[in-house]
Amino acid sequence: MDVLLDNLNQFLTRFGGTIGLFVLSAIASLVLGVLLAALRVSPVPAMRAVGTGYVTLLRNTPLTLVLFFFALGFPRIFFDLPFFVLAVIGLSLYTAAFVCETVRGGISTVPEGQAEAARALGLAFLPTLTLVVLPQAVRTVVPPLTSVQIALLKNTTVAAGFSVFEAGGFYRAVNEQGGSTLVALLWVALGFVILVVPLTVLQRRLEKRWSVAR
Amino acid sequence: MSDETAGASSPPMVRMAGVDKHFGDLHVLRDIDLEVARGEVVVVLGPSGSGKSTLCRAINRLEPIDSGIVEIDGVALPAEGSELAKVRADVGMVFQQFNLFAHMTILDNITLAPVRVRGVSKSEAQERARALLDRVGIGDQSGKYPAQLSGGQQQRVAIARALAMQPKVMLFDEPTSALDPEMVGEVVEVMSDLARDGMTMVVVTHEMGFARRAAHRVVFMDGGEIVEDTTPDSFFSRPATERARDFLGKILTH
Repeated sequence: MDVLLDNLNQFLTRFGGTIGLFVLSAIASLVLGVLLAALRVSPVPAMRAVGTGYVTLLRNTPLTLVLFFFALGFPRIFFDLPFFVLAVIGLSLYTAAFVCETVRGGISTVPEGQAEAARALGLAFLPTLTLVVLPQAVRTVVPPLTSVQIALLKNTTVAAGFSVFEAGGFYRAVNEQGGSTLVALLWVALGFVILVVPLTVLQRRLEKRWSVAR
Repeated sequence: MSDETAGASSPPMVRMAGVDKHFGDLHVLRDIDLEVARGEVVVVLGPSGSGKSTLCRAINRLEPIDSGIVEIDGVALPAEGSELAKVRADVGMVFQQFNLFAHMTILDNITLAPVRVRGVSKSEAQERARALLDRVGIGDQSGKYPAQLSGGQQQRVAIARALAMQPKVMLFDEPTSALDPEMVGEVVEVMSDLARDGMTMVVVTHEMGFARRAAHRVVFMDGGEIVEDTTPDSFFSRPATERARDFLGKILTH
């Protein structure tokens, strides 16, 4: 307990950083991931190719490398940004590939006839997707999408390696002051478990809400 | 009646010329020529796998074709995109599996396209939807979801949904094939009413009764070809080809 109480301020601000990284990256990755999924099911071959290329590249690259690029490569090639912002960009781009594949999987569970009926009525590709297909994909997508976002939450610790002030770096701060690294890590683990709980609750709520809508 | 006002100068409502399509090695549509005049009801018959469903779906390009021409009211079907969507808005389609939007109420199913595609105000679309539901005999179900309705009711909603776009022509792709036998009648009745009101219709079906009573023409397909194209009376009493006789022999003896 001493490890925690002696460093409570540090602990809380670092988890604040984690939450900030997570919330921003979660929103950005969801938006980008859905757009990518739209590309991947679009009738235009070039758009599909862009979506497929993106997913192949980002999903198959280790997150550490993606963050390395944004922490070290990006400022050299383009312009300087705070590490925190670079970490959000890296995490979002990486997670978006997984969001895309999850949403695409959900889209494929919606019977083909639903989109056909919409097209036959004169709806174009985008309204067909957003008004008919995606609302029906939501229910099947919520549980796996929650898993993707939980993975993102934990992946934020990778950003600690790039001097972003977040929970994954807590043990080092404790260690520097002579505290027990192991105990510090346990506290961090507990912190993450607590953070995941609201996500799980949200998942259940969403599942319930969308199951009623059928 | 609309079929009488159609002068010699106005184009056929549907025209297919030299249409070919393959599914891999399978030649599903072979050099199809078909014209459907304004107000005409054409029933497409044929054994399963004869290409009749594909023909129906090719008319609004749900099934792209390899070569040939498809025209709706004199306009060649454009490639996939907003222009094609515009043409499709004028072509109503009813599917074997109904394909009502499962996450929307009956009323929303019907108003979606008029509001989104035609820009009709929501209240006006709802008013028209209610009138259409009354017309197909399910005015009291507008707040329910598709899964709460019987198959026959769902198919009648699907017809109302297509009619809400005030289409120039209606395509029916085996509209009664997925229905329990006792529900076939109520759907056929709605279709017969439509035919009587002068709607241009292309109907792929196994309902011989409908073909006899409501059709102006019967098109018989086999092996991806149009084998016969004649009046219902002559098709059922004097089929010209062996293949048609064979087909009629099989369905009428059962």
